Amino acid sequence: MNAFARIFARDASLAFRHGGGAGLAVAFFVLTVTLFPLGIGPETQILERVSAGVVWVAALLATLLSLDRLFQADYEDGSLDLLALAPLPLALVVLAKCAAHWLTTGLPLLIAAPVLALLLNMDAGGLGALVLAMLLGTPILSIFGAIGAALTVGVRRGGVLLTILVLPLYIPVLIFGVCAIEGAISGLGARPHLLVLGALLLGALALGPWAAAASLRLNLD
Amino acid sequence: MFAGNDLTCIRGERVVFRGLDFVAAPGVALVLQGPNGAGKSSLLRLAAGLLTAAEGALTWNGTAITQDPDAHSACLVYVGHLDAVKPALTARENLAFWSRLGGGPAEVGGALESLGLGPLADVRTRLLSAGERRRLNLARLALRPAKLWLLDEPTVSLDAASVALFAALARAHLGAGGLIIAATHVALDLPGRVLAMRSNARAA
Repeated sequence: MNAFARIFARDASLAFRHGGGAGLAVAFFVLTVTLFPLGIGPETQILERVSAGVVWVAALLATLLSLDRLFQADYEDGSLDLLALAPLPLALVVLAKCAAHWLTTGLPLLIAAPVLALLLNMDAGGLGALVLAMLLGTPILSIFGAIGAALTVGVRRGGVLLTILVLPLYIPVLIFGVCAIEGAISGLGARPHLLVLGALLLGALALGPWAAAASLRLNLD
Repeated sequence: MFAGNDLTCIRGERVVFRGLDFVAAPGVALVLQGPNGAGKSSLLRLAAGLLTAAEGALTWNGTAITQDPDAHSACLVYVGHLDAVKPALTARENLAFWSRLGGGPAEVGGALESLGLGPLADVRTRLLSAGERRRLNLARLALRPAKLWLLDEPTVSLDAASVALFAALARAHLGAGGLIIAATHVALDLPGRVLAMRSNARAA
């Protein structure tokens, strides 16, 4: 597990160093969400109605922006070859990198989300469900994103291809994430939706790192 | 003794080489020579286990590396033509990461000194020259005693003094019974044998 912790610590610290881009995703998230009241207008009912969807869609797009950081730099500077030869299965290397990606991208989004939801006049009853849903959902975004990032790692300017590959995978997270918030607000309860998100997270944890590792091996060839 | 028997390497649609045999023995460097595209880098990546051979097998004293890939990657150091250096980290941080990832110590001063990087240890590597970054990559060789060194053009962008430092390190490794497979165009003054590789432009 030592090697796992080393890779996690290196990726997390690199993200906060010069040019690491740790703050970019959350800055994009905040800016995108604040555009909506400006574009739609200040009617509180409309903003309240769209708040859950807007926060989630912006979170998906912000995560997408940060995915090229996962493997691209390591692929281009040759570090990925050495990581593949490290005394750790490549799937666990991927998992360590996903964990570092979540810490530097998903967690800041999770912290910013309730504040932005209030800005959009979300019903206070939905805030708890929003935080819980994002707590379960953002790691899924990192892991599914890693599969796409691994598949496109050898492609120059693969950003658009990555978006096309990954966004469909994000749809279940979006649907159940929004339903959890609306369930909590309407009084029907967020629990079933959160359970589905939890199941998705377990599935992603079990399969995602292996799928991403297989794609990376293909690209190292 | 590390050997390859009847190796065929296919990249994309192209046969890079076919029916290639080699033997790397302790104490003698195996120097790969040949024109561009002859498959020197491919052979090194194959030997590292990063590529899989379309045909043929790589063996340690008769045992195929596919039987225990983890043991194989534990006993080699691969120095590719990319330097695997993170510009945001200092030279010491870069090397310490690779050292600790391989289960070694965090203290890497000795390895940095062995390639003359001591004075640059705490400089961000984005400020280093190409030759200095290359030396930082080569310093991984001095981290832990690994049996097999796989070197892809190790002396590119090195000055004469650095080439001498590296050659001394390589001689010591060979003297201790280590194995080296290196693709290089520079005479390194090592006890070595040459494996001449031809370019192969046929399609698969």
